[in-house]
Amino acid sequence: MTLFIEQCLNGLQFGLLLFLLAAGLTLVFGIMDLVNLAHGSLYMLGAYFAATFTAWTGSFVLGAVLALGATLMVGMAVEVIAMRRLYGRDHLDHVLGTFGLILFFDEAVRLIWGPAGLSLPLPGWLNTSVQILPGIQYSAYRLAIIAVTLAVAAFLYVLVMRTRIGMLIRAGASNREMVAALGVNIKLLFTLVFGLGAVLAGLAGLMQAPILTVQIGMGENILILAFVITVIGGIGSIRGAFIAALLVGFIDTLGRAFFPELLRMVLSGPAAATAAPALSSMLIYILMAVILVAKPEGLFPVGSK
Amino acid sequence: MSGALTPRNVVIAALLVGLALLPLYVSITGDRFLLTLFTRIVILAMAAVSLNLILGYGGMMSFGHAAYLGIGGYTVAILAFEGVQSGFVQWPLALAASALFALVVGALSLRTRGVYFIMITLAFAQMAYYLASGMARYGGDDGLGLDSRSQFAGLLNLSNKTTFYYVCLILLCASILLVWRLTISRFGMVLRGTRSNETRMRAIGFPTYRYKLAGFVIAGTMCGLAGALVANHTDFVSPAMMYWTRSGDLIVMVVLGGMGTLFGPVFGALALLFLEQFLPTLISAVVRPFNPAGAVKAGEYWQIVLGPLLLLVVLFARGGIDGLLRMLSSRERHG
Repeated sequence: MTLFIEQCLNGLQFGLLLFLLAAGLTLVFGIMDLVNLAHGSLYMLGAYFAATFTAWTGSFVLGAVLALGATLMVGMAVEVIAMRRLYGRDHLDHVLGTFGLILFFDEAVRLIWGPAGLSLPLPGWLNTSVQILPGIQYSAYRLAIIAVTLAVAAFLYVLVMRTRIGMLIRAGASNREMVAALGVNIKLLFTLVFGLGAVLAGLAGLMQAPILTVQIGMGENILILAFVITVIGGIGSIRGAFIAALLVGFIDTLGRAFFPELLRMVLSGPAAATAAPALSSMLIYILMAVILVAKPEGLFPVGSK
Repeated sequence: MSGALTPRNVVIAALLVGLALLPLYVSITGDRFLLTLFTRIVILAMAAVSLNLILGYGGMMSFGHAAYLGIGGYTVAILAFEGVQSGFVQWPLALAASALFALVVGALSLRTRGVYFIMITLAFAQMAYYLASGMARYGGDDGLGLDSRSQFAGLLNLSNKTTFYYVCLILLCASILLVWRLTISRFGMVLRGTRSNETRMRAIGFPTYRYKLAGFVIAGTMCGLAGALVANHTDFVSPAMMYWTRSGDLIVMVVLGGMGTLFGPVFGALALLFLEQFLPTLISAVVRPFNPAGAVKAGEYWQIVLGPLLLLVVLFARGGIDGLLRMLSSRERHG
């Protein structure tokens, strides 16, 4: 039981973290109609910046804030230099162009930080465990991640649904040309939205950094998961991304933890032992295939254009 | 394709003659490495040709094409591991396995379009990748080596590098021929029509889904054969063959060479693998005058040049290499 609760919390934490990535991806796609494979690179940069700045300043929080600023700058620079020229081209161009950016960022990181990974040590006050229920201890840092991501999700909700910028974002998602025709500075809006996506990706990266190693290519696996989430949720829908992210977080974490046991009940010993690891990492993709077959536009399709 | 002596046709002819005569050059100079490199180029060109059929002619943006390389390769390697050495069994089964996978993936994926199609094909390829990583009996993450290449009962000895190169080259030419015959057939016309305007094709009565699915399966099967060749070439298969960046590489080849053109994918494969091979040397040469000590090391960072190069191709050279040759050709004809 203890293990189950712990794994559920892990699933929640992973799902919320994925939401940060997927939200940026889906915003950028919904508004600029841009498929951005390089989103994972921003996640990686967030982690590298955080590790570096924390080492310089000696403070995890200060390092994180500086890292977010740096990721924002890189994100906006990428938008102005490269992405801006890709809007309005077809998706194949986006895939190729941003694939090129991945190669560039991976190599640039290797040039600057070297091929070996970095580690980002946690400060003492986060590196403890808290008693959440009688007899159940849970990592304080993972709880902090849950709190921060929930706060960010709430902030995003208010930003998109309750502010003027959010109104423009939603308007831009449903009809770009009309928003531009009404005199909104659409170029600036796009740069800001891309920057917002970059910050969210950087935040996800730097929060994941103390749990995993900071290394080249760390953004690629998680990028695919984030894509799966945006597709399941319906591309362009933040609500869809939130629900799909939790779904994927739970299924992935619980699947890895308990699926082998479940399989052992159905199949004989050796067969289950062979099939389990492969099947549990395939679960999410099977889920995606099933959902797309039933609902080809995802769970929460954004209104037809 | 006109018979005129345009620069484009001259380059294509020179390329084919060059590929055919390469083993002769190698036997004179003794440069065995060149033969290995070109065998790889020819095999990957075949994979790119198959992707071009659906991506270039059919407008289906599959982001999981490397999965078929893996499935073809793994079929050969697993059969060899289980003691079936005969190529007459291995290769048809490799084709059948990739055709079956393409049928399932295509039947499900083609219900979606746009980005959803890109992502679902990617997801299926990742599934194949994880399946291969999870097969502990067949090496899991570490991959599986081949003790011997496919046996063709004394007809062919694939362990002979020159023989193997010619087998690959002949299969590449056959693939190009097949794609050519397909694209000028009624089937190909429907496929190309579907790329330009699917709604209209359906309105005039074509069951476009079936046509697209047929194209998807043909491409997958062709790529499966290329996978069987890869396994025989490297004597090794691993999940990394199917990783999504490999699918990205195949797309790069098609676009770099020229989408929807017969020889574009061959140019693309040649260009990408040449860049991979010679860009490091080139970078070292450029850096050397400024920093003699760091020159060799600088060459290791060649992808920092390749990445932006891809972006530039996307932004400014949509037709790829074939488009460039075509431009030269038409300029000559008019001027």
